Amino acid sequence: MRGAAARGPIVIRPGRLPLSWTVDRRVPPVLLLLGLATVVATVLSVGYGQYFIAPLDVLRTFLGLETGNPNHPFVVTTLRLPRVLIAFLVGLALALAGTIAQGLARNPLASPDILGVNAGASLAAVALIVLAPAAPFYLVPPAAFAGALVVAALIAALSLRGGGSPIRLVLIGVGFAAVAGALTTALLTLGRTLFAARALIWLAGSVYGRSWRELWAILPWLAVFVPLALLLARHLDVLHLGDDVARGLGSRLALWRGLLLLTAVALAGAAVATAGAVGFVGLMAPHLARRLVGPAHAGLLPTAALTGGLIVLLADLAGRALFAPVELPCGVITAIIGAPYFFYLLYRSGGS
Amino acid sequence: MAGVGAGAVGTGVARGRPSLAVGLALGVALLLLCAFASLSAGASAVNPGAVYAALVAPDGSNAQVIVRTIRLPRTLIALSVGAALAVAGALMQGLTRNPLASPGLLGVNAGAALAVVLAVFLFGVGSVTLLTWCAFLGAGLAAAAVALLGALGRGGATPLKLAVAGAALTAFLSSLTTAVLVLNERTFDEVRFWLAGSVAGRDLGLFLRVAPYLALGLAVAFLLARRITTLTLGEEVARGLGQRTARVKLAAAGCVVLLAGGSVAVAGPIGFVGLVVPHLVRPFVGTDYRWLLPYAAVTGAALLTLADIGARLVLRPVELPVGVMTAILGGPFFVFLVGWKVRR
Repeated sequence: MRGAAARGPIVIRPGRLPLSWTVDRRVPPVLLLLGLATVVATVLSVGYGQYFIAPLDVLRTFLGLETGNPNHPFVVTTLRLPRVLIAFLVGLALALAGTIAQGLARNPLASPDILGVNAGASLAAVALIVLAPAAPFYLVPPAAFAGALVVAALIAALSLRGGGSPIRLVLIGVGFAAVAGALTTALLTLGRTLFAARALIWLAGSVYGRSWRELWAILPWLAVFVPLALLLARHLDVLHLGDDVARGLGSRLALWRGLLLLTAVALAGAAVATAGAVGFVGLMAPHLARRLVGPAHAGLLPTAALTGGLIVLLADLAGRALFAPVELPCGVITAIIGAPYFFYLLYRSGGS
Repeated sequence: MAGVGAGAVGTGVARGRPSLAVGLALGVALLLLCAFASLSAGASAVNPGAVYAALVAPDGSNAQVIVRTIRLPRTLIALSVGAALAVAGALMQGLTRNPLASPGLLGVNAGAALAVVLAVFLFGVGSVTLLTWCAFLGAGLAAAAVALLGALGRGGATPLKLAVAGAALTAFLSSLTTAVLVLNERTFDEVRFWLAGSVAGRDLGLFLRVAPYLALGLAVAFLLARRITTLTLGEEVARGLGQRTARVKLAAAGCVVLLAGGSVAVAGPIGFVGLVVPHLVRPFVGTDYRWLLPYAAVTGAALLTLADIGARLVLRPVELPVGVMTAILGGPFFVFLVGWKVRR
């Protein structure tokens, strides 16, 4: 791997557009492998369940071919595919948001879930569902976005004031998450519109029972903000060098930082609105991706995105398979894996 | 000295013991007032005269039944759990010389909660004694784990790092708790209300079983007070003064486990009382644990009782779990502590 990196990076310059990405040589093969793994995991996940469908039949159904079983198209495309796609997209959005947050805060422990941004999004989404039960579902992502934005703005203001040590930032997020979580519980107690058990699962982060409706609600957000994140990769690299260097390189700090923050918050908000608070994905995916392709964001962002998508996809599959027929929310699985990983990072960063 | 530590706040004026004693008496009087308010306030308000009559000369009227069977247990539990959590928090802050230490933040409550949920899952709710001991065991294991995890890595256990390790441990343990609850609906039905951290609708029998442990924890804590004051000066100083620090620390940790574990067994995990109360009290009494602990006990009891009254009234007729109230009030205080007060 190291030898390959030494041969220098690849420059991608699409057509006549004034754009270019400089990525590590490892990026294309890694992305290819991750993409392949995602397809395999998708096929397995769609096939798995009480009603088992063989992988080959899943593939045939995807391609619109007859499998000889009239149930297959319904089970695959109506019941399982939207859920699996949503798991992937939620992980993708959370991972991108986490990568941007870690780059912006220059903090290996930052990510929207750790910083309480997801809790803010959760609170706003639950508030909308409980206080205005008649509101159509496509309003939930904007509400979650607004909630996430409020917490993100508060954290940004406080971290500027507090000198911003990584750990201090994390703890401020813990405080916000506690308050937002308590208010969410209060709303659920007040509303009684959701069954308590379902609320518990939703708060733990789950893609249970998601359909095309939720998929169509999250897609526009991803269609806007995922490309935006990739376009902003180079500015993230510059900001990562520190304020003084970035200013010296002629970067318009406030503009790019604001735009990046907005992107991260929008992605996190859309993810939370769709699947509840799936924790630790935004923390883990960037670190794993950094090991695969190094720190340059043009390659890191897509790698982290696929890694995050794969993590949630597999967590959902594991949650369904481990104790079948009972399902564990995928957020429980990611937290059980993610918290020890967080300890490991804390141990490595030494708390400085 | 790490952070604000136990020693840096509120030593401006030297206060004599008589004034501290008067203050404590005043505090107890206020506490009784809070308790009385807690007996009378709620979805159906009972006037103070009727409350008094219910206590001294019960006649079986509706209002009196409410006071005696619903409000009295609830108030007693709020008082004891508030005092226990506040003293546990003060002990932890002294032991670790960390202004952010408290049973809720460092995962001790979450450990006790997981142990209780596991016990209900495995054995059912049959034996109260078993549940209580499981809570103690869970609290003890979580405390040991967080001490270990916080000390990992370069720089040892700084206050902020210990707090972050506690937050991550809490996330981990609550996920496991959620997993158990999702897997087993019966367990979920039985512990759902308890798990939100509430003093309402508790079984008085359960409380009476746990009360001796809480009392024991409080008593030992008060006996240890002078040694803990010495310990807050630093391990070396304490050893130089002839203290067997390991023994004192172990005894104090035992108190924390009894107090936090017992509280969780009765009322579920209630956060932020153990964190906030010692900070509220310290400016008035300084750093002498012989005064700090009783003041913390009284203030914690009053605070949780008031929070419970608030939980009954803010969304009347719907009641909130008191843990929700303490988090809404305590969360901003925690952000303030972390952002402004603690240096490292």
